[in-house]
Amino acid sequence: MALKRYVVACFDDEEVLFPAVKRVRNAGYKIQDVYTPFPVHGLDHALGMRETSLHTAGFIYGITGTTTALSCMGWIFTQDWPMNIGGKPNFPLPAFIPITFELTVLFSAVGMFYTFCYLCQLAPFVKKHHFHPRATDDLFVMAIECTDRTNVEDLKAFVSNAGAVEVDYQVAESGWWFGRYDKQQDLYAEPHSIGY
Amino acid sequence: MASISEQFETTGKMRTWSMGLIGVGLLAFIIGFITKGLSSDEQQQAIFWGTLLYNSVFFLLICNASMFFICVTTLAHGGWQVVFRRVPEAISAVVPIFGVIAMFIMFYIVFGLNHGGHNPIYHWVNPEGDKILEKKSGFLNPVFFVVWTILSIGLWSYLGMRMRSLSRESDESPMNLDQSKKWVWKNTVTASLFTVWFGLTVGSTTPWFWLMSIDSHWYSTMFSWYTFASAFVSGIALITIFVIYLKNRGYLEYTNDEHLHDLGKFMFAFSIFWTYLWFSQYMLIWYSNQPEETAYFQPRTNHGVWKGIFYLNLVINFVCPLLILMTKSSKRNYTLMTFMAILILFGHWLDFNQMVMASISRDQVTLSLLDFGIMALYAGMIIFFVGRALAKVPLVAKNNPFLKESIIHHT
Repeated sequence: MALKRYVVACFDDEEVLFPAVKRVRNAGYKIQDVYTPFPVHGLDHALGMRETSLHTAGFIYGITGTTTALSCMGWIFTQDWPMNIGGKPNFPLPAFIPITFELTVLFSAVGMFYTFCYLCQLAPFVKKHHFHPRATDDLFVMAIECTDRTNVEDLKAFVSNAGAVEVDYQVAESGWWFGRYDKQQDLYAEPHSIGY
Repeated sequence: MASISEQFETTGKMRTWSMGLIGVGLLAFIIGFITKGLSSDEQQQAIFWGTLLYNSVFFLLICNASMFFICVTTLAHGGWQVVFRRVPEAISAVVPIFGVIAMFIMFYIVFGLNHGGHNPIYHWVNPEGDKILEKKSGFLNPVFFVVWTILSIGLWSYLGMRMRSLSRESDESPMNLDQSKKWVWKNTVTASLFTVWFGLTVGSTTPWFWLMSIDSHWYSTMFSWYTFASAFVSGIALITIFVIYLKNRGYLEYTNDEHLHDLGKFMFAFSIFWTYLWFSQYMLIWYSNQPEETAYFQPRTNHGVWKGIFYLNLVINFVCPLLILMTKSSKRNYTLMTFMAILILFGHWLDFNQMVMASISRDQVTLSLLDFGIMALYAGMIIFFVGRALAKVPLVAKNNPFLKESIIHHT
């Protein structure tokens, strides 16, 4: 992980945000993400993000659960400790279906949960840089990554022109880190101004 | 002024197809009637009338499921279905016609098919000397059967008609806020009446009377839900086919991938629901292993001759929808959705086939050209009557208060 430089543009209207996303992307700037107070339909397409693979992962976890349940019960009841229960066969498939179903659901739910946390870099004691506290309230916060060739002043003027109500420049850790916010001021080389 | 895209017109090709299918079906019906229906063999007659019975009940229930679909989405304050609401409405307009046909067939079986105190399909018509049937005769008797059947089909038709006329009423003039509120209230009340009646009949008594009573000693508490799930998922498949057909012909301009995606979700979800009930019914009976309960599964599993159809049915109705309709892209693919809708309709038709015929003919599979002929007859009638109903009213309910919500619908 490394410190990166950002121009942070805040919008107060969805209707302004979409054309702005389009203009910023067309101008060749790299948008890291747009933080919104609520899910905005179609924003992922506008940002050109690829479809999530989380459901593929869920499917794989699910069939792992199915296999685990069937092979575990099958091995126990036919190899390890065969028992005669009500005259049923040693591998009574219908009786195993409910448990197989439960384990399928459990594996895929728990697996997807942890995968989601990993992809979003969420874990206990893990800290993330917040670009703007009002992203959880009423602002749509667009973080644009600056490269060596980016002219920050030009970019600021460009997003203001695109309808941003608030623009600032931040240097921040882009990934996640362990630790405490108050002790790691080095990760906020230039603390952003909070626009209340 | 109704433009071309708002007003459906039946095409010559559609008429040719419907007439062709009806012709083939009638031919099969006549041949079946001569070879089986007029046969002196009681079993052959039972097979002929049983074939008519399951087809008429299946197609009646899937058309009625369209109105149920409208009513539950209305009650849930759903807006997304409004852009294509006229399609299920047109399908449900067939209910009175199919209802009368089904009533005629069932009443003939009850009253006309008795051979010296023995009814080859509904054994409960003559309960004398059978202790179990004598005890059941308070419920399973011809009078109650007739009254309840007429009441069921009559109220489905009447309440469905009310829903359709309310929908047509909204076309007359644009509504202001007060009128809209009043209209939504009336629509909601009618929809709830239909839903309650539908729940009482299709959710319990209708399958008991029409289908479960063929195995008159046997009963299953899962049976009605199982029948309902079968009918509902096929009903959604039928709506999907008509929506895609109209879309391909350039109608329904506001219906798009998002609406198709939701129909696909319904098809996927209710296929799983059907399997859940299939399995619950099977496992409880298999596990407790009581002779009077396993009687139903004897001809259908293990050593029974119906085993092939019974398990094929599970593959078509569960494995295929589960694997094929799971991804988002497949629910937005018109070709794949058409294929799946036809497959699901066929699968549940086969399900009804084994539900009825395996009980009538326990030691011989009866699937023959007669079955497919009667299916063609009903397919032709659906194309003909639904096409006619679609052409009567504009395809978009342009003053429906939920129309905008439906147009901007995003899954």
